[in-house]
Amino acid sequence: MNLLGALFSALPGAIAQGLVWGIMAIGVYVTFRILDIADLTVDGSLATGGATCVMLIRLGLNPWLALLCAVASGVIAGLVTGLFITKCGIPPILAGILTQLSLYSINLRIMESKSNQAVSVDKYSLLASQRYVRDISIFNPLVLLTVMLLILMILLYLFFGTELGSAIRATGTNQNMARAQGINTKFNTVLGLMLSNGLVAMSGAILAQYQGSADVNMGRGAIVIGLAAVIIGEVLFGKVFRNFFLKMLAVVLGAVIYYIVLQIVLQLGLNTNDLKMLTAILVAIFLSIPYWKGMLDAKKAGAKKEVK
Amino acid sequence: MLQVNSIYKTFNPGTVNERVALNGLDLTLNDGDFVTVIGGNGAGKSTLLNAIAGTFPVDAGSIILDGTDLTGLAEHKRAKYLGRVFQDPMMGTAPTMQIVENLALAARRGDKRGLKWGITKDEYEKYHEMLKILELGLEDRMTTKVGLLSGGQRQALTLLMATLKKPQLLLLDEHTAALDPKTAAKVLEISDKVVKKNNLTTMMITHNMKDAINFGNRLIMVEDGKVVMDVSGEEKKKLTVAQLIEAFSNI
Ligand SMILES: Nc1ncnc2c1ncn2[C@@H]1O[C@H](COP(=O)(O)OP(=O)(O)OP(=O)(O)O)[C@@H](O)[C@H]1O
Ligand SMILES: [Mg+2]
Repeated sequence: MNLLGALFSALPGAIAQGLVWGIMAIGVYVTFRILDIADLTVDGSLATGGATCVMLIRLGLNPWLALLCAVASGVIAGLVTGLFITKCGIPPILAGILTQLSLYSINLRIMESKSNQAVSVDKYSLLASQRYVRDISIFNPLVLLTVMLLILMILLYLFFGTELGSAIRATGTNQNMARAQGINTKFNTVLGLMLSNGLVAMSGAILAQYQGSADVNMGRGAIVIGLAAVIIGEVLFGKVFRNFFLKMLAVVLGAVIYYIVLQIVLQLGLNTNDLKMLTAILVAIFLSIPYWKGMLDAKKAGAKKEVK
Repeated sequence: MLQVNSIYKTFNPGTVNERVALNGLDLTLNDGDFVTVIGGNGAGKSTLLNAIAGTFPVDAGSIILDGTDLTGLAEHKRAKYLGRVFQDPMMGTAPTMQIVENLALAARRGDKRGLKWGITKDEYEKYHEMLKILELGLEDRMTTKVGLLSGGQRQALTLLMATLKKPQLLLLDEHTAALDPKTAAKVLEISDKVVKKNNLTTMMITHNMKDAINFGNRLIMVEDGKVVMDVSGEEKKKLTVAQLIEAFSNI
């Protein structure tokens, strides 16, 4: 009972975290599923978004403008990775790692050489704060997060239905075909990476406000959490959620479920230090399932033939 | 009119794998020419088509299509003028996108792609009619993902996409090679129909001597990166498979 009670009171927080990371996970979806690139820039750009936003708010900038600047910082990070890939011929994974590594230094510079910078909700009118997550009021971050996510998902849904959005999708699924149809695949790869990292930085900016500080390590392993959200969403809702809007919704729900499960295992007494490993194992297992399933199906088909 | 002026292409220059694929190849196509291209494996046929399409830059020479110098143009920029169907059925379509979405992408070949809708209402009807021509029943599966289609269905769709917006030159690289004989014959027949209907200037690579003779108004043979035989008109009509095989063994 005690456990359930504790869990219940932790639920709003878990949902809020899930929604914040849901924005990030949609960004990962754009690169991983649409562009077919595993972009590791995100570990850096999440923190860049957080750092940029917190420092600007501390300087007295309006939180919405600070958020906008944070998004811009992520877009630039995506641009750099994109140029590494398309102009320098660096393989995507390595390109992402290079940007991510340099972002670590850049983030420290943004945060004036401190690894952590606080932004208190007492001093500034933040967009979202975990302090109000159990309140029944308009200031509850769940309200803003839900509205923001809905708007974002509608905008992205519309965007990927345009000529430009379709060109990005074609680039991700078949570059040969895309070029033969006159699509500049390099440009679209860069554009997709910019969009993705803009979303990731936005997530980082809101996360930093939500927890009241930006930390240079806040993005460590972010890609894996993003992938976990994408994969959980696909495994649980993939069969029913077919259209792109619902697919994004699945990703967000995946992130929320991830954080709820996390809360549960934490309540059960799991050591926080083991979380990253557990996430990694979870993602590894889910990424392996399609491969194993393919092998198993092939075996079954083979066995059937022999019987005949 | 297509003018290919002594183009050269060497792969992996300066290494043990150095390979001269195009060796000063010259070729002029007149408007409306339907040329079948034959030649042994490794002769340079695909390399010729890829050079025209801009898959890679040529080492020397120039490629001019209807007065436009394509030589230095990036692949996606040349696409405006070209329709292409590849040997590999996987290469010509976007598998995770619907049949209509693929067609809509093709309909905008060479156009600037902005924030207008990627596909409009009246396009659906237009494509429905076009797909009927293929007689493959694809018109009833317009929102099916292309990845679920067979190789033959994909090639037929790719052909439709390549010609949806009239190209100034159609490049077919053994586009029926991966298909079963019946489907191959069907796709070939559709190709012929489309080419004739639109009076398209076309190059079609094939290893089938009969097809090379039966289709088109002109036949060229490529060997060692050069055109070694070029027949057209009445002379081509009189060609026999035996003669072509004879020509092969003479090289
Ligand atoms: N991308 C490449 N890298 C290295 N060598 C290549 C490349 N493409 C073609 N070649 C070489 O260039 C030569 C010509 O190849 P090409 O593909 O044009 O032949 P082809 O006439 O199309 O033959 P096939 O009938 O077998 O398709 C071959 O020796 C081939 O090995
Ligand atoms: Mg070839």
